[in-house]
Amino acid sequence: MKTWVVAPIAIPLVTATLLVLGFSSPRRQHVVAVVGTLGLAVAAVALLLGVEREGILVVQAGGWAAPFGISLVADRLGAAMVMVTAVIGLATVVFAAGEVDESRMRFGFAPLVQILLAGVCGAFLTGDVFNLYVWFEVMLIASFALLAIGGGREQLDGALKYVALNLISTLLFLSGAGLLYGMAGSLNMADLNQRLPALEQPGLVAAVAVLFLLAFGIKAALFPVFSWLPASYHTPPVAVSALFAGLLTKVGVYALIRFFTIIFPREQMGLDGVLVVVAALTMVTGVLGAAAQSEFRRILGFHIVSQVGYMVMGLALGSPLALAGAIFYTLHHIIVKANLFLLSGVSKRLSGSFELARSGGLYTRSPFVALLFLIPAFSLAGFPPLSGFWAKLLLIQAALEFSQWWVVAALVVVGLLTVYSMTKIWAEAFWKAHPEGDDAWREPLVGRERALLLAPVIALALITVAIGLWPAPLFEFARAAAAELLDPTAYVTAVLDGGSR
Amino acid sequence: MEALLALLIGALVAASVYLMLSRHVVRFLFGLVLFSNAVNVLLFAAGRVLWGEPPLVPEGLEVPLGAVANPLPQALILTAIVIGFGLLAFALVLSVRGVAALGTADLDAMRAAEPRSDPASTERP
Repeated sequence: MKTWVVAPIAIPLVTATLLVLGFSSPRRQHVVAVVGTLGLAVAAVALLLGVEREGILVVQAGGWAAPFGISLVADRLGAAMVMVTAVIGLATVVFAAGEVDESRMRFGFAPLVQILLAGVCGAFLTGDVFNLYVWFEVMLIASFALLAIGGGREQLDGALKYVALNLISTLLFLSGAGLLYGMAGSLNMADLNQRLPALEQPGLVAAVAVLFLLAFGIKAALFPVFSWLPASYHTPPVAVSALFAGLLTKVGVYALIRFFTIIFPREQMGLDGVLVVVAALTMVTGVLGAAAQSEFRRILGFHIVSQVGYMVMGLALGSPLALAGAIFYTLHHIIVKANLFLLSGVSKRLSGSFELARSGGLYTRSPFVALLFLIPAFSLAGFPPLSGFWAKLLLIQAALEFSQWWVVAALVVVGLLTVYSMTKIWAEAFWKAHPEGDDAWREPLVGRERALLLAPVIALALITVAIGLWPAPLFEFARAAAAELLDPTAYVTAVLDGGSR
Repeated sequence: MEALLALLIGALVAASVYLMLSRHVVRFLFGLVLFSNAVNVLLFAAGRVLWGEPPLVPEGLEVPLGAVANPLPQALILTAIVIGFGLLAFALVLSVRGVAALGTADLDAMRAAEPRSDPASTERP
């Protein structure tokens, strides 16, 4: 059973190696990439089932017992994040086979995607702070290259800002890790859970925690350090934006959830108030930023910021229901957001532009694509019975439990403003006639291209609808995952005694 | 010794923040290099510093005698140096390409991805 903990990291790395070997033929690369990512999905399912059946799975790398070696740990949250990573990976790899041009393939697009997936899975599975830093770097290096390759001016501009701010973030993370080690003498997450409260220096611990909050806040695009995201996510090919939009900020959110439940003793630090305010401001600024935009992918980019605010709000409130809401929200959001980015690509392919002013008429042109857009768009905005409705409902319920009325108001109003942005996209790109008349139409999607571009969109839309119609299993899962985080006894014993089993 | 290292880290971070506040892309990168080195020294200092006590276990014993230097932070620093070096090399090449393509080294003037005609930026003076 335990080999499945390593598989989600190993499979993409092996796939990347195979892709480098088969470099000469882009077509063969696409096939290998899809097969490899399917393998990742199978491993993720096996890991998820294993965690459900046997509880937390631990592998001590190299046989070194914790806390001396590096522990790889799969709990419910980690396994579920690996699962959605595999789903998004598969969707974007298939989409890329229909979208990404040959020159980008020659610059190593396909192996870079696999390395990115390995980095993301590694970040979700590691139980060691420094190892998390290493996986962050693996992920970052791959994302830098994916953002920059084949790029014209726009892409280079976006990549420069993305690289600069993310490098600062990782340096803050690294200094946090150094100070944590200097303070507690360990970097194993389970071990830190035991040692930090025993230090009885809440002030110092809180100072280091703020360092991590800022580092992961930059990664997750929290207010006020989100500006790299709307500056860069709309520049690369759509498959890359979808992959980034689905996964990268959520690695930041995941790290925040992990650190502020398992590692830091929250009740000693008094940072919850800061988190609530930051989350609320993130939600509001994100959605207002989106309202001011008029380009398909830039609107979506600002909405990522706003939605990350929801997830962090769940973490900030910190009750079992709120944390379950945050986890539910994260899983739902990854699927929906990646799907919307993929749809922006389909819309660009059909109407010729990402600029809403220069596109239109998609509804008459392709009603099916229009329907496919409505599903994730309504889900993002929180219409029943789609997945976003339940996610928002959970968070609103949690806020009501605390009688935090202004938080409830923010959650509801930001949802309404999301509807505004989605209707703007609908009205401009789908409903109004194309401003350049019918001559502006690109050729319709047929055959292989139609299958490759639409299959991932349909699959993700079906997942959204399925979560919407049967939210109970995912909710129960999120609640169990939140319980594991709020009472880390099981996690700690599994890691610290895990070597002997 | 630790106080000296702390002062050094402080000076490096101050200089790097000053450089990173500049709008010139090369100054920004120099600031990033300094910051990265400051963090490496921080990792080193966090492991506590001892003079001339290598972490060696004498023959026939299981644990070293007395206090020895902590080898773990040094392993961490080596990893961080390698990663930092790779990232900075990439950032440098990217900046060269970026400056060539965008025709300016002023970060505020790089607006190819976010053009000024945008509604979001019209209110700027």
